[in-house]
Amino acid sequence: MESLQILERVKNQFGDRVLEISEKKPDPFAVIDPKAVVEIGKFMNEDPELAMDCLSNETGVDYKDRIEVVYHLFSYSKRHGAVLKVKLPRENPSIATLEGVWKSANWMEREIFDLIGVNFEGHSDMRRILMPEDWIGHPQRKDFVEPAEYHGISTVRESPIIRLDTKKK
Amino acid sequence: MSTLHTEEMTLNMGPQHPSTHGVLRFVVRADGEVMREAIPDVGYLHRSIEKIAEKVGYHGFMPYTDRVDYVCAMFTNQGWGMACEKLAGIEVPHRGEYCRVIAAEFNRIASHLLSVGAMAMDIGAVTPFTHAIREREMINDLIEELCGARLTFNYMRIGGVAWDLPPGWREKALAYLDHFDPILEEYNALISWNKIYIERLANVGVITPEEAINYNLVGPNLRACGIKWDIRKDIPYSVYPEFEFDVPIGDGHWGKLGDSMDRYVVRIREMAESSKILRQALQKIPAGPVLAKVARNFKPPAGECQIRLESGRGDMGWYVVSDGTGYPWRVHVRTGSFAAMGIIQKLSAGLMIADLVTLIASLDVIAPEIDR
Amino acid sequence: METLVQNLIASGAFGKNASPHMVAALVVFIMSAVVFLGVAFPFAGIVSWAERRVWARIQSRVGPNRVGPQGFLQWLADGVKHVCKEDIIPDESDAPLFKMAPYLVMLAFTLPWAVMPFSSSLILADLNVGILYMTSVTALTVVGVLMAGWASNDKWSLIGGIRSAAQIVSYEIPAGLSIFPVVLMTGTLSMQGIIRAQGWAPQHWFLFANPFTFVAANILYISALAEGNRTPFDLPEAESELVAGFATEYSGMRYLFFFMAEWGNLFIIGAIIATLFLGGWQFPHVTNNVIAMNILQAITFNVKVLFLVFVSMWIRATLPRVRIDQLMTLCWKYFVPISFVNMIGTAVWVAIWPDGTTIMGYIMLAAAIGLGAVFTQRVIYYLRRSRMEVYFNPTI
Repeated sequence: MESLQILERVKNQFGDRVLEISEKKPDPFAVIDPKAVVEIGKFMNEDPELAMDCLSNETGVDYKDRIEVVYHLFSYSKRHGAVLKVKLPRENPSIATLEGVWKSANWMEREIFDLIGVNFEGHSDMRRILMPEDWIGHPQRKDFVEPAEYHGISTVRESPIIRLDTKKK
Repeated sequence: MSTLHTEEMTLNMGPQHPSTHGVLRFVVRADGEVMREAIPDVGYLHRSIEKIAEKVGYHGFMPYTDRVDYVCAMFTNQGWGMACEKLAGIEVPHRGEYCRVIAAEFNRIASHLLSVGAMAMDIGAVTPFTHAIREREMINDLIEELCGARLTFNYMRIGGVAWDLPPGWREKALAYLDHFDPILEEYNALISWNKIYIERLANVGVITPEEAINYNLVGPNLRACGIKWDIRKDIPYSVYPEFEFDVPIGDGHWGKLGDSMDRYVVRIREMAESSKILRQALQKIPAGPVLAKVARNFKPPAGECQIRLESGRGDMGWYVVSDGTGYPWRVHVRTGSFAAMGIIQKLSAGLMIADLVTLIASLDVIAPEIDR
Repeated sequence: METLVQNLIASGAFGKNASPHMVAALVVFIMSAVVFLGVAFPFAGIVSWAERRVWARIQSRVGPNRVGPQGFLQWLADGVKHVCKEDIIPDESDAPLFKMAPYLVMLAFTLPWAVMPFSSSLILADLNVGILYMTSVTALTVVGVLMAGWASNDKWSLIGGIRSAAQIVSYEIPAGLSIFPVVLMTGTLSMQGIIRAQGWAPQHWFLFANPFTFVAANILYISALAEGNRTPFDLPEAESELVAGFATEYSGMRYLFFFMAEWGNLFIIGAIIATLFLGGWQFPHVTNNVIAMNILQAITFNVKVLFLVFVSMWIRATLPRVRIDQLMTLCWKYFVPISFVNMIGTAVWVAIWPDGTTIMGYIMLAAAIGLGAVFTQRVIYYLRRSRMEVYFNPTI
């Protein structure tokens, strides 16, 4: 099945919880309601026509006005894939976890929580994965400002090139 | 007799360790020798490469992709190239695609050699490692002549490859393949039928096919569970449809289907298949340019795309969001090792500590891929 | 020994009222010093160099070849380097036990040299329980290793120490049981007695005397490797899992003591097998000159032992490690029953043919030569096929 056909089928099943289907090239995607993500995920996993048995990629993207979580789904048996998106507000973004449907979501959601700050409700182990446990902030956000020091180690230093210039004078 | 009071030990297999492949840390809860759980702790090699992409631009990001997986640098280069080309609709010239495939398959052989050698060393046999490195050094010499670097190649560009094959390189590469095929047989004979080796690897870390798909395992790990899936055959890209090669899968010959021995055997056989592809590519390579004309300040149209390619560790997914400027808005790499780490915690229950090392080695986990 | 002491006192070198006990003690002291400082410790050092060269040749690389001719002084350089290192004793560790552990392991290495039969008269003390003394004294390693693992206050060292203790204690049993066939055939435990019961020719060695002793020899060799913590049984010092097992927290010379003991144990393993099964120092009687005969016998003994040391290194370079539960399975489920069968089989054999039989010796020797020929032919075949003919480095 083509990507668009898959998304049409999901829209037929879920009606207006699929907010929009974009036919952009090269990858068409569907934006869905955040509250319906687990239902739609389960449907796509269990439906015999779609049989999306693999959550191949889950990414968080920080647009300036919203945060999006992008799900790339794939079916090994049917050899087709589709892209789902969810739009979340930038303050306290929160969405239900898909760990119950696809176990691969476990680590990917931890990474999105760590780097972008989306809280996944119902996750079994919601803690930082790449940054240290006591890090403050979510580094991959566009407005992230690096703290001046971490445990006494300064994170800023003068650019050595500037120092060379001042020496010359 | 009253029950014996036993305690559970919490051990730390720390970030500095002779055998974890890169900087990985495991907190192991063990009851003597048998583990209850091994909790991986990653992030020691996190360099925020994805965020760096937003600062250095499309062309400038190519050397950074080498560092995402330095053992399979050609594949990461190719992934970034393919993602940008898909966004902007650029077509790579035919000879450029052939050069990409040749470089990538050599890199696949080198990566598998390192993986198999390191696995043998972790199990205790120190000799296969040096033999594998000897072969790998010859590949490195070849690629050094091709692009100047031995580990982080930066060979590919958006739109093709940077340099054409040097004169005389084809003959050297074919001579190397003639040398490599019997050596692979000998290598196989040295370790694959060794009784101690089989006992250490068979039935260790068995992964069922459904689990493998659910946890998003890819590459040789997935094929070892019996699933015949290879991006080069199933979602073909580049010029792979022009080559004839087979996709080896595990068959549970020595133990259960999907154990460490299957993963090891799949890698050995993949090296033989790569050698086949290389011979065909080196024979059939057409003449022509190797690099498409791409603007210096490359500005793909706004949009997003995902591409998948078969790297040494499996299906590497590149997701690029572009906003129309010369700097990408978001880049994300989903690597095979990231998913493999996710499954270790579940697999480790009931294994012995010595088996944890075997498991990590057989899943071919590379730390920079996990942390990026 | 008595005569030597009497001769020394009679020669007046110690004064007229010299007590024979003191002279005897002095003689023992000097002889021990010669053996230990001249043979045992340098051997432990040199074998480290030899092991690295042998490994390197097997791994298609070169090995240490800079320090001295062919890198021969590498072990001295290593020793000096380790002595110059800082002696780190972890704060929370049990300092007296921590310091004592390497010495105990060293003790287990030095004590067997007292009964090492280099030639018919070059033996420090020909105890009539020689072989029993040797096996029991090498078991002191357990105490040292357990101490090291516990006193390091480090969970990984503890695991390594306990693994090692379990391994050594378990493999004592097949090793001890495999000595029985030889003792049954000779009726004595003394080292010289066992050697004298064999002849110089291979068919007179106990290795080929009957199939049971052949199997017993192999089991003894493998069990001795396991006791010495050598690969394929080097789980306690598994480099890829526990860094250095029980010796992780040790640095400098203390660390080197553990490994000198391990390398020196190679010689002791070889000596036990050479004495019991390979005819020891037996050499055909070609001259009546006692000193020449002794020299030839010492050379024979050393050649046999060094060949076994080489085989140990070869095995270490080639085979992977056995997991701890597989190790225990091997010992208790396979070796112990086979050793019992050997013992009973040899007892029956000795009962039927009390004076031994040479026919069996010739048959076994022929079979062994056949096996050796097949093995050599395969080795040559693989060596020929694996020659590297291609070398690409563009800068050369």
